[in-house]
Amino acid sequence: MTTVAAPRGRRDRQRAVPAVVWLFLLIPALVEIGMVFWPALNSFYLSLTKWNGLGAAQPVGLDNFRDLFSDDVFRGALKNNVIWAIGFGGLSVLGGLGLALALNKPRRGVGLYRSAIYLPMVFSLAVTGLFWRVQYQPDGTINTLLGAVGLSGLEKQWLADPDTALYAVLVAAVWRQVGYVMVLYLAGLKSTDPTLDDASAVDGAGAWQRFRYVTWPQLKGVNTVVFAVTVIDSLRTFDIVWAMTQGGPYHSSELLSTYMFQQGFTFLNLGYASAIAVVIFALALVFIITYLIRATKEEAS
Amino acid sequence: MTAATLTRPASEQTAETPANRKRRRWVFHAVMAPLTLLWVAPMIFVLVLAFRSFDDIAQNGTAAWPSSFTFQGFKTALGTGAMGRALWISIQVTVPAVLLSLLLASWAAYALSRYAVPGRRIILLTMLAGNLLPPQILLIPVSRVMESLGIYDTLVALVAIHVGFGLGFYTFVLHGFMRSIPSELTEAARIDGAGPVQIYARIIMPLCRPSLAALGALATTWIFNDLIWAITVLRTEAKLPVTAALLNLQGGYVSNWNVVAAASVVAAIPTAIVFFAFQRHFVSGLLMGSTK
Repeated sequence: MTTVAAPRGRRDRQRAVPAVVWLFLLIPALVEIGMVFWPALNSFYLSLTKWNGLGAAQPVGLDNFRDLFSDDVFRGALKNNVIWAIGFGGLSVLGGLGLALALNKPRRGVGLYRSAIYLPMVFSLAVTGLFWRVQYQPDGTINTLLGAVGLSGLEKQWLADPDTALYAVLVAAVWRQVGYVMVLYLAGLKSTDPTLDDASAVDGAGAWQRFRYVTWPQLKGVNTVVFAVTVIDSLRTFDIVWAMTQGGPYHSSELLSTYMFQQGFTFLNLGYASAIAVVIFALALVFIITYLIRATKEEAS
Repeated sequence: MTAATLTRPASEQTAETPANRKRRRWVFHAVMAPLTLLWVAPMIFVLVLAFRSFDDIAQNGTAAWPSSFTFQGFKTALGTGAMGRALWISIQVTVPAVLLSLLLASWAAYALSRYAVPGRRIILLTMLAGNLLPPQILLIPVSRVMESLGIYDTLVALVAIHVGFGLGFYTFVLHGFMRSIPSELTEAARIDGAGPVQIYARIIMPLCRPSLAALGALATTWIFNDLIWAITVLRTEAKLPVTAALLNLQGGYVSNWNVVAAASVVAAIPTAIVFFAFQRHFVSGLLMGSTK
């Protein structure tokens, strides 16, 4: 912790962690254990049972997991989740990075543009969902705009059409996420070395080359964070789908999280729902670890 | 509006002819201005819709140019639509949850950053890991825990889960900040006879004010915007906070687009206020989250 302390001083402090300080640590730790770690362990146990919430849970071994893989809705949700992670991650990184590069240099108006772009981020996903539901209405802005530019053939019931529902929700989610990714990249760009960029410009490197070989390698740290955060977020995504389509029509916009919620809280298949939750956890684990490793590095530095 | 707040001191000086620079600036605004407009267009559209009358929307469609102006949508949303009540519930949940989270997190961060607690690094990372778990793995057991504590379907349960789930992250961020406070300050106080509690209250906490403000702004929007915990630990419709009430209202006022739009504006305003009032804190809070 402190590098200044001499070995003896450090030893002194190690001996003496006052009782009240233990209390300072214990109270929050117990709250988190009770609200997070204990419930999480329970989910693992429940995933091996069949339970409707009444009476005792019946242990069924790995049956739930076996059922999952022959469950078409689950497989569809898994596939949708992959599409979601790629679409949500890819689009918000492209948009966020592009905007960060465009709005990196201080100029007149930059602050206004930045604020406007990350304003959606403060709205809840439920609000975002409703904002976009309005746009997607049969007589809403999107269809009206398509009609106005002569593309009325493309007009659709965006959220009621199984072919478009997932992507319609995705657009709304990306709209909200881009600002956040932009803020992360702006911070990353701030910590890059401007003299390198200038030097390569003097050497005659074009804008793309400067970005590809000078700026991009310096953004490695931010990229890791953005990558981990986006994947963890996409596995968690629930609110916006729940607000816009509830996973429908015909499960076409179902994600693992919404399917889990339905199984658990609508149908009271608590064991089966827990098994879905365990799958979500397993998928998120790699990225949680990536994130923690990065946190450890920051910690050590 | 907020143009000045985020611009950074100029550090780049590129040698360019004035004409060239002028053209580039023009291109920059020609691209960014329409893009930004497009970005805010959905919000403006909903705002306009909220002030139109039901008849106007029914006759001309949601996308038509407005030909009416009324507060009826807001009246209905806040009154029979229950958004007024929900707003008050959200405040009752958000304020204690934010304060308690920051208080408990600052305790843990203080213990872990200023004292040689054995295994403190593992403890810290484990706490952070708890915050990174997908909520789905907690939902069912959490609702059971709340039942066995006898607080299921109460606002206390909602506050408790927000505090418990957020703690790890807030602790991690505050720990990073507290660690950077020079030990000379606390050593001096200790020699003067100050105990751990006094050092915490008189020295550490006042110095942490900037990060507490940033975390506070961030936590406020997170907790206020939550949906999944609310619908997990609450059952009674009359107890639902803003986000959940908004979805219920949407079901009850199908095709009353002015009411739905007004309700979503009501739900969006509090966090927008936090954003504009604490913009600088808000952005630095987000960055704390990223460099962790």
